[in-house]
Amino acid sequence: MIPANFDYQAPSSVEQAIALLESSHEAKLLAGGHSLLPAMKLRLAEPALLIDLGRIPGLSYVREAGAQVALGAMTTHAAIAESPLLASRSPLLSRAARQIGDVQVRNRGTIGGSIAHADPAADYPAALLALDAEIVARGRKGERTIPAREFFSGLFSTTLLSGELITEIRVPATTGAGTSYAKFHHPASGFAVVGVAAVVKMASGKIQSAAIGITGVADHAYRAGAAERALVNQPASAIAGACSRAAEGVDALGDHFASAEYRKHLAAVYCRRAVQEAMAAKA
Amino acid sequence: MAIRSRKTGKPAPRQMAPQGTLARAPKKAAERGIAAAQKSRTNGRPEPWVGRRYLRKEDPRLIQGISHYADDLRLPGMLHCVFVRSPHAYARIAGIHTGAARSSPGVVAVYTASDTKALGVVPCAGALPDLKIPRHPVLAEGHVRHVGEPVAAVIAEDLYQARDAAEKVQVEYDPLPAVVDPEKALAGTNFVHASVKSNQAFTHQLKNGDVDAAFSRADRVVKARFVNQRLAPVSMETRGVVAQYLPGEKTLTVWSSTQIPHLLKTQVALILGVPETHVRVVTPEVGGGFGSKLNVYREEAVVPFAAMQLGRPVKWSESRRENIAATIHGRDQINYVELALKKNGTILGMRARVISDLGAYHQLLTPIIPTLTALLISGCYKIGALQCDVVGVFTNKMATDAYRGAGRPEATYIIERMVDLAARELNLDPAEIRRRNFPKPREYPFATITGITYDSGNYENAMKKALELAGYSRLRARQKDAWKRGKYYGVGLSTYVEICAMGPSTAMPAGGWESGTVRVEPTGKITVLTGASPHGQGQETTFAQIVADIFGLTPDDVNIVHGDTAAVPYGIGTFGSRATAVGGTAMYIAAQKVKAKMAAIAAHLLGEKAAAMNFSAGRVGTKKKSLGFGEVVGAAYVARNLPPGVEPGLEATHFFEPSNFTFPFGTHVVSCEVDAETGHIRIDKYVAVDDCGNVINPLLVEGQIHGGIVQGVSQALFEEVIYNEDGQLVTGTLMDYSMPKAAQVPEFILERTCTPSPVNPMGVKGVGEAGTIASTPAVVNAVCDALRPLGITHIDMPLKPEKVWRAIQQARAAAAS
Ligand SMILES: Cc1cc2nc3c(=O)[nH]c(=O)nc-3n(C[C@H](O)[C@H](O)[C@H](O)COP(=O)(O)OP(=O)(O)OC[C@H]3O[C@@H](n4cnc5c(N)ncnc54)[C@H](O)[C@@H]3O)c2cc1C
Repeated sequence: MIPANFDYQAPSSVEQAIALLESSHEAKLLAGGHSLLPAMKLRLAEPALLIDLGRIPGLSYVREAGAQVALGAMTTHAAIAESPLLASRSPLLSRAARQIGDVQVRNRGTIGGSIAHADPAADYPAALLALDAEIVARGRKGERTIPAREFFSGLFSTTLLSGELITEIRVPATTGAGTSYAKFHHPASGFAVVGVAAVVKMASGKIQSAAIGITGVADHAYRAGAAERALVNQPASAIAGACSRAAEGVDALGDHFASAEYRKHLAAVYCRRAVQEAMAAKA
Repeated sequence: MAIRSRKTGKPAPRQMAPQGTLARAPKKAAERGIAAAQKSRTNGRPEPWVGRRYLRKEDPRLIQGISHYADDLRLPGMLHCVFVRSPHAYARIAGIHTGAARSSPGVVAVYTASDTKALGVVPCAGALPDLKIPRHPVLAEGHVRHVGEPVAAVIAEDLYQARDAAEKVQVEYDPLPAVVDPEKALAGTNFVHASVKSNQAFTHQLKNGDVDAAFSRADRVVKARFVNQRLAPVSMETRGVVAQYLPGEKTLTVWSSTQIPHLLKTQVALILGVPETHVRVVTPEVGGGFGSKLNVYREEAVVPFAAMQLGRPVKWSESRRENIAATIHGRDQINYVELALKKNGTILGMRARVISDLGAYHQLLTPIIPTLTALLISGCYKIGALQCDVVGVFTNKMATDAYRGAGRPEATYIIERMVDLAARELNLDPAEIRRRNFPKPREYPFATITGITYDSGNYENAMKKALELAGYSRLRARQKDAWKRGKYYGVGLSTYVEICAMGPSTAMPAGGWESGTVRVEPTGKITVLTGASPHGQGQETTFAQIVADIFGLTPDDVNIVHGDTAAVPYGIGTFGSRATAVGGTAMYIAAQKVKAKMAAIAAHLLGEKAAAMNFSAGRVGTKKKSLGFGEVVGAAYVARNLPPGVEPGLEATHFFEPSNFTFPFGTHVVSCEVDAETGHIRIDKYVAVDDCGNVINPLLVEGQIHGGIVQGVSQALFEEVIYNEDGQLVTGTLMDYSMPKAAQVPEFILERTCTPSPVNPMGVKGVGEAGTIASTPAVVNAVCDALRPLGITHIDMPLKPEKVWRAIQQARAAAAS
């Protein structure tokens, strides 16, 4: 478990990090290291240069930003899990963070690293999609804001451009909505075999709107549009039927632990559970 | 006299073994053993150390990380070794090009089979009549036969250089179709070893009684096929070897993370052609083994070979990937079983065929393990007639060998699942059918249909206690209620017996005895040398408790030395739950010899009879006249006033040969809930009542039971080494291979019964494997019980959610059509 040779730089500003990133095609940003370093030890990744974001001040925070809550890219899973601000304004992300890995992973891993890595079984993507979050990226040409729906594009791939790094993630306050994250843990890795995030708004006993993000099933997390539409204006009794469409039209992945068919089935079951839980959650 | 934790000064948790275990010892054992000692001390004397929940002496150094494992050793001039391993399950090696690696920075040498072909082979201790033992070279010769097989060894100044250079070794492979499925392998013509011209490595039959008659008399016959999946032992510390050769002295020292230092010393001498007198094996701290280090591995020959060639120390530390691919695996059997039954549940006869997937090469005990399955297959039941046929099969996988329980968990799984299936077929309660087939307490020693003799037992007592603890009738009521609500709740039992204290030498491949030396040092401290080689079990503590009681001292006065062949007389090692029952007994008898000598000296000095000498609270003598322990020791060493015929010094060695195995037993009860929607299983309650005879330290016994249950539950629910149809290892890292985690197992409710073993003076049996052996069938029985309303009788392990979900889907579809 010995990585190949690499150079190491620890810039003290985002600008320096961007300049270093541009300086080499084989450079990689290092955040918590909990996806990148295992890959390097297995020599699945052999970057020539590691740019450690850990010494840049001001990239780790959870703060109010108008109707949104803003999180620095280097904010750890543990900080997100325990944030009182998120607990009161947008608890879904904390719920997802609490279910990531084990204590060590939560103490080291960061939200920026997780979404940049875009593991098909990672937890945040489901939550960020359901929340219609925004990702702030900065590059040589300046800053842009990417809606979560346009961010995850495939297996371990995002629409982040080379030379760009994530600085911030913004999630809306979910006051008035019920939210939930329901996860089926892989017994070995702890990742999501299926993870369903739901944001549900109710009006006079019926579902006014439902936003559902699903991870673990396809090569990247997705919004379960068919199920969402089927839920609108429906009473509780119709939830199971609507949620059976959670993986409609989705090209599911399978492996020795869970086949594609089983994952699609789990998506439906966990979708129903997440929606029911969200409805029960005090908005 | 409270035990205090040395660090905090707070009183350590302390209590006597519950339920008065020692007091219940039958007279015969009590007269000779610690039970007698215990009794004699109750009148006003200090409470004995044996039986206390005494904190482990090992723990402070382990918890603080200040002890030394093989990987912590740093010797001057030490080189590092990295192995190049096969990415193929089966391939012909067309060529190996080492030039680029050799000229890589820091590289000192690259070895391949052309350098090592004159060395001896990796040993196999199996001795079955038709056993085929294909050549098992230390580096692959001509072919590779499993993923992870070592092909070359790269030696460099540092580990990074060695790892980088290993990438530059170019091996040309001609891939061959892999032999993966053992049943197909038996019939096929694609051979793992062309020289053997068959994939059948051996056959073994155990037959007793008129089996055909039993089946023709039967009211019912129950049949099943079980898969006992392949597991990786995954000890917390992987393997590691450091070797140093001193060319002047011609001495070779090998530090290895092994369970068997002495056997390894002999084998290293044989493989490398070095006189055994000049080989020393040391086990530094060993971080677990579970049987996987009860072996002699290729790396344990190649690393010393390199050290001898280069005249410099060489180190190799196994990575976790190597550990999963190239350290032995366990289990991997397919079983076809039939039980002949009377209507009342009496088991008339049993037929079993055990197909054992051995992998590509024999390791030390590979072919022996499935024969242990045959030996224990009748479990704790009286069975009229038995035929068990075992066949060992070569496949393109890593070798299987001893993993916690080693053949016995497989046997217990077979019989405990079969008894449950029989109960269902005959509409009997699973507890009742067991009770009807148990031998009665007065029938011990009990001769089994497999030809062994169970030393002692009271199975019904343990079962009764477990059912009471579990609230069996309440659980059944809960089940009925759950079923009514369309939920699936089940209760599973496993009443097990196991073979421990391995074992009489007649039944063992390489000696079943153990050595123990007790030396009272001139300062009055006691050094114990034991041939057992504990690697996490805690014998440094329990052995010190035993010796402290014998001499009237404290465990802190006693130091247990093990795992250094230069210091310790030849021994066999720690495995098969033998260290206390066999190694502890050797030490116990050696201690008694030294004590007798001290008594003679003290009596001589006091003018009393030796028989009147008592050892208590650091004094030796009678109530009226006594000497300090140190005074007697001093007399033995100064040697000016010894009784006639008594030699100076205070040391004795005993080689203990057990007359039989011991047979711990017990009952585990599991209740669980199955989520029919997802196939997910939640264990609700886990109750274990185990009987391991007399208990030296309840805390450590509970630790062994906990760990054992966790591994057994994990086999039932998650764990599985998977090779795909090409022989590729799919579960090569811990992200895929499901090691159990604390959050995945329930709380355990533990109790004990105590039936002391009559085969050793301490009445101890062994407890290292009990939890693993008992738990697996208990869990599967509970799950199958939960799914009874669906007509599901069996699901093979591991009970992964998708598999359970599919079984439920199929059953529902079948019911609907
Ligand atoms: C044992 C274990 C269990 C785990 N279980 C889970 C789980 O249950 N659920 C889950 O979701 N995850 C899980 N993970 C993954 C974990 O959450 C990682 O921490 C996370 O995926 C990556 O974050 P990191 O900060 O460690 O990033 P790193 O590993 O440092 O980086 C990951 C990738 O992101 C890039 N990157 C990092 N920061 C930025 C940035 N600001 N801008 C652009 N690119 C960036 C890096 O260059 C690299 O390519 C687990 C990991 C382990 C080791």
